[in-house]
Amino acid sequence: MLIFTFRRFGLALLILIVAVTTMFLMIRAVPGDPVQIMLGPRATPELQARLTAELALDQPIWKQLAIFYGNLLQGDLGTDVFSGRSVTEIVFQQLPHTLWLILSSIIWSATLGIALGSYAAAHPNTVIDRITAAISVSFVAAPAFVVALLSLLIFAVNLQWFPAIGAGEGFWGRLNHLVLPAFAIGLSWVGYIARLVRASMLEVMGEPHIRTARAFGLSERRVVMIYALRIAILPVVTVIGVGMGFLLSSAVFAEIVFARPGLGKLVIDSITTRNYPIVMGSVLISTGLFVVSTALADLINAWLDPRARAAV
Amino acid sequence: MSDTLLEIDRLSVDYETARGDLKALRDISFDIRKGEIVGIVGESGCGKSTLISSILRLTAPNTRFRKGEVRFKGQDLLQLPEHKMRDLRGADISIVFQDPMQTHNPVLSIGQQMLDIQHRSQAGKVEKRARAAQMLGAVGIPDPEARLEQFPHEFSGGMRQRIAIAMALMSEPDLLIADEPTTALDATLEVQIIERLQELQQELDCAILFISHHLGVIAELCDRVVVMYTGAVVESGDVREIFHDPKHPYTRRLIDCDPGHIKERARVLPTIPGEVPDLANLPGGCIFRDRCDQAVPRCASEVPPLSKLKEGHHAACWLNHEEVHQ
Ligand SMILES: Nc1ncnc2c1ncn2[C@@H]1O[C@H](COP(=O)(O)OP(=O)(O)O)[C@@H](O)[C@H]1O
Ligand code: SF4
Ligand SMILES: [Mg+2]
Repeated sequence: MLIFTFRRFGLALLILIVAVTTMFLMIRAVPGDPVQIMLGPRATPELQARLTAELALDQPIWKQLAIFYGNLLQGDLGTDVFSGRSVTEIVFQQLPHTLWLILSSIIWSATLGIALGSYAAAHPNTVIDRITAAISVSFVAAPAFVVALLSLLIFAVNLQWFPAIGAGEGFWGRLNHLVLPAFAIGLSWVGYIARLVRASMLEVMGEPHIRTARAFGLSERRVVMIYALRIAILPVVTVIGVGMGFLLSSAVFAEIVFARPGLGKLVIDSITTRNYPIVMGSVLISTGLFVVSTALADLINAWLDPRARAAV
Repeated sequence: MSDTLLEIDRLSVDYETARGDLKALRDISFDIRKGEIVGIVGESGCGKSTLISSILRLTAPNTRFRKGEVRFKGQDLLQLPEHKMRDLRGADISIVFQDPMQTHNPVLSIGQQMLDIQHRSQAGKVEKRARAAQMLGAVGIPDPEARLEQFPHEFSGGMRQRIAIAMALMSEPDLLIADEPTTALDATLEVQIIERLQELQQELDCAILFISHHLGVIAELCDRVVVMYTGAVVESGDVREIFHDPKHPYTRRLIDCDPGHIKERARVLPTIPGEVPDLANLPGGCIFRDRCDQAVPRCASEVPPLSKLKEGHHAACWLNHEEVHQ
């Protein structure tokens, strides 16, 4: 397991390096002088020269890359062109808001999805199963931004159960502010995960080893919850790991609709002001988040499934 | 109390399919006495696995019990409420299923699985582990303590089959059902497992229902044999008697294919020319007629009944009826 962990994170690091390098080169490949674009009409020749030197844009590309990685290793993502603050600081200030949003969305939707899916699998083709299926399909079909707008209108504006905008103060305040955005992002996942768990569960329940467990008189509860679910959950973990990428993009919608601070809002704001160091920094962190979450999913699967430990 | 342990009485089981009802078992009757080893032999697809899963009621969801009784110690298992049935499973009756490669849970260690199946025992965890290790040792797995930590995929097919047998015998059941426990193994391993089963049977004094499609294996191990063909019993009786004086052409063919003692026989699957009838659309008359080289006119029109030829020897073939020869 330890070897697996090292190898998996080695792979994650490799993926991250390839992704970041590609991104770096792509941004440099965009035509036009970035300094000109960043500074806009305010540009004076001195200012331009200073920024060019600061960003090392006068150096050959491999040297720029080396400088970029050198800074990155020291946790330095560059400096915000406008405020002069460190990009690392700005990004990490916003990151927790997005992380909490994504995590709470995943937790509630996975819990409900797994419960609904297992129930449907244990009672296939009953009325309850059909109702679950119908609800699941309509949940899957609902786009996050529509749900976000509707829930904002219904629960925040009309019913006034939850606050409409912002991130809130203190633990309960933050939690209260999380409810609607997490609901909006997670809703489509409930249905998706429920369908996945149901299909996966039905397949596993038909495997010969389940019959063996029953042949020893194990309780149905133990058969379903331990002998079957532990296998049926494997594809769900993978899907959630990969789904973090999708969640990041849904988080952008939610952060805008609910005017929440966070990585998504930061990126959108920075793009409109052409604040490239911040865009680059945020994208880098998001990529890192994605790579780490897929690696974590693989680790969880390896922990659940001894056969997977041999792979990678 | 009589010493009959299990009586299968006119059992008929169908599978509901898109093509209509598949008649997987028709009017199966035989019994097993305490401590006896009974073999069931027949080509693949004749309903052997259906029969043994029906005994423990662990059949596929599309199974329909049409008729008959499965009496264990006088009690009809088909009428038992589910929780009572569960009490019997793995306690009084244990099964070793057909495919050793798929019979264990792939994500739980062997030790965990062997611990779990002792759920009825009051013993502590340490004691249960020790018992699991002892059983693994008894079926010939070296270094059992350490191997409890391992997962099914870390064992060979032969080892997994031994583990399955160890697990089934752990509760010292009255009846052990083994579904082709040696089919997936090579000949040397097969002999080892059969010998081990014989020893354990002596030691634990349990009855065994042993399924195989090799008559040679059955001859080696069993006291009595039931020959099945397309879901029906065509002959049953004492192993020696049936081996030396088979009374059904199908049994005779099986013996021709597989004459040897298991230690010396060549490993070929029994092959009998001709096609097995479609279970969803069975022909009238004798079910073996299309492949039988001794058929008489009556075979096409009337189903031969399973009739008693002498004490403990039954066969279903018109050739055994005097009037046919006149
Ligand atoms: N769940 C099922 N649904 C439909 N047909 C089945 C099912 N299980 C087995 N069968 C069919 O029933 C017949 C008997 O199968 P089985 O009992 O497995 O035979 P054996 O163990 O002797 O090889 C075969 O023709 C098989 O294809
Ligand atoms: S009844 Fe007729 S067809 Fe059937 S086995 Fe006997 S001889 Fe052959
Ligand atoms: Mg079979």
